[in-house]
Amino acid sequence: MTAIIEKADGAAGRLSEAVEAVESHLHPKPSWDVADHPMPTGREEIWRFTPISRIRPLLEATPSDARLVWEETLPEGVTSRAVTEQEARTISTEAPVDRVSSLAASLSGGARLVDVPAEAELTQPVSIVLRGTGELVWGHTVVRIGHHARATVVLRHEGSARYGTKLDVIVGEGALVNFVTLQDWADDTVHGGQTSVLVGRDAQVRTVTVSLGGSLVRLTETARFAGPGGSLEQFGLYFVDAGQHIEHRLFVDHNAPQTHSQVDYRGALQGKGAHSVWVGDVLIRKVAEQISTYEANKNLVLTDGCRADSVPNLEIQTGQIEGAGHSSTTGRFDDEQLFYLQSRGIAPDEARRLVVRGFFAAIIAKIGVPELEEHLMTAIEAELAKSVAA
Amino acid sequence: MALTQGLVITGLHVTVETEAGTKEILKGVDLTVRPGEIHAIMGPNGSGKSTLAYSIAGHPKYTITQGSVTLDGVELTQLSVDARARAGMFLAMQYPVEVPGVSVANFLRTAKTAISGEAPKVRTWIKEVNESLGRLDLDSAFSSRSVNEGFSGGEKKRHEIVQLELLNPKFAVLDETDSGLDIDALRIVSDGVNRYASQGDRGVLLITHYTRILRYINPDFVHVFVDGHIVEEGGRELADELEANGYEKYTKVAASS
Repeated sequence: MTAIIEKADGAAGRLSEAVEAVESHLHPKPSWDVADHPMPTGREEIWRFTPISRIRPLLEATPSDARLVWEETLPEGVTSRAVTEQEARTISTEAPVDRVSSLAASLSGGARLVDVPAEAELTQPVSIVLRGTGELVWGHTVVRIGHHARATVVLRHEGSARYGTKLDVIVGEGALVNFVTLQDWADDTVHGGQTSVLVGRDAQVRTVTVSLGGSLVRLTETARFAGPGGSLEQFGLYFVDAGQHIEHRLFVDHNAPQTHSQVDYRGALQGKGAHSVWVGDVLIRKVAEQISTYEANKNLVLTDGCRADSVPNLEIQTGQIEGAGHSSTTGRFDDEQLFYLQSRGIAPDEARRLVVRGFFAAIIAKIGVPELEEHLMTAIEAELAKSVAA
Repeated sequence: MALTQGLVITGLHVTVETEAGTKEILKGVDLTVRPGEIHAIMGPNGSGKSTLAYSIAGHPKYTITQGSVTLDGVELTQLSVDARARAGMFLAMQYPVEVPGVSVANFLRTAKTAISGEAPKVRTWIKEVNESLGRLDLDSAFSSRSVNEGFSGGEKKRHEIVQLELLNPKFAVLDETDSGLDIDALRIVSDGVNRYASQGDRGVLLITHYTRILRYINPDFVHVFVDGHIVEEGGRELADELEANGYEKYTKVAASS
């Protein structure tokens, strides 16, 4: 709050900026200092859906030198190198917004920086596979995409780990980026952290976040704009099995005019204790005139005993916008859809499979990497085989 | 007992659950449609025509409390929805359902495979689909759209007739297939039904409120349906009389009974 008073004491013209700095109670104050992110009790707004006991390894400041196995396939011109913790802080999009990512930033001993040069026209994706070998790992990754570059980046997580992470994606002016992360973990993995995307002026950014595996996955995904004209599409897909907790917390900060955002996350749940959480916050600041935003979350509950929490929030500080909306639906199979398909001779399990595949098809089609799209369809088939055909 | 070919409905009673409790909609329907025949069922709104269509197809919302429905001697009421379709029953729906993310091509191939028990030959199948689409005045790009999603009313009904052509069932129930169609689409859809019926051994039950579609499809029999059962039967002239005088004389009888 001190910062606000200081700014307000400046030029009168800064008053609006000062008011702008008042963050909603929904969004914790970013800080590099772990002490600013105390151990949660589970009653805090941002932690109330999370089973604290299960994510505790990522909340305690236990140092670890372990790393995930990092396998990269970099198209020509793309580089990757280690940077110090100090440099990582300087180039990061924003400071950590929760305890997990602040611990990741301070205990990871620096970051891995991937650079896509300005004006690069990549015809192959930047592919990074991160594989856990059963240890506690803190990680910080920064992906920088230069101005007017065109790139697809795929970050794929596999194996077993307790993994606390901070991931920064900085997209330069006018760049065209497709950023895909895949949580394809083994069943015992606990993965928590923060992904922060900065959308450059007039840049077009699409993120696709796919969470399939792991015991607990809790990702906070924040996005801001570096200037006007940027466009952000965020797609998500999750498949939650018995006992699994998968949580996606999105925050889109419309802090610049003429920006556009669209969020579409879809999940399927099956089995006892399957729990998904989706929180979608959109803040439209006073300065963000002529913006448009729409966020949607859809959950398909396949069996009894599942729980899907879905909380969209829209905070609007200016009326001078093109449009803003959200929707959230959670339901079982649509009986009318199943009846229609079955009335054409299609057996009930096949009909349900068709509906689920169709439900996810629109998201998978956004990935733009054919072999990954195929992999996901196969993974979804395998998940479905557990419940739908039963 | 000798098997009766075609569709035989005997003493059919059907209930539906409403907020006010269980309500009987069909109150004893008797009807026989032999192969090669086209029967029209005409009735006012709320008379139970669509309930009859859905009950034949096995919609879970409707409970058959008495009676039977057989197709070529096979009791349909004991079968699941998909098994009824595989037994040769097809329902062209008044309100075809959207299935997002499932393409028309995938849907048609999956249905054809289910009905015939084996996947259709790729090359001939695609040709067959495109020809059928063409006959219904739909272009081949239609195949890649999601089933019924964003379709106009006319496209939905034409898509139902494409399915009728490609699946070529023994029997078709057409539920208000004429509703929401402009005159061009009505002609295209009617031509499709006539092509199907002209095979000679297929049965058609055409459910409609208006006589409009009967200018293009010539029924062998017309049944007047009021208050959950058939109240009068006749030939094509009955439709003409309904066109002139409406349902009033039947609904008055039903109301006073």
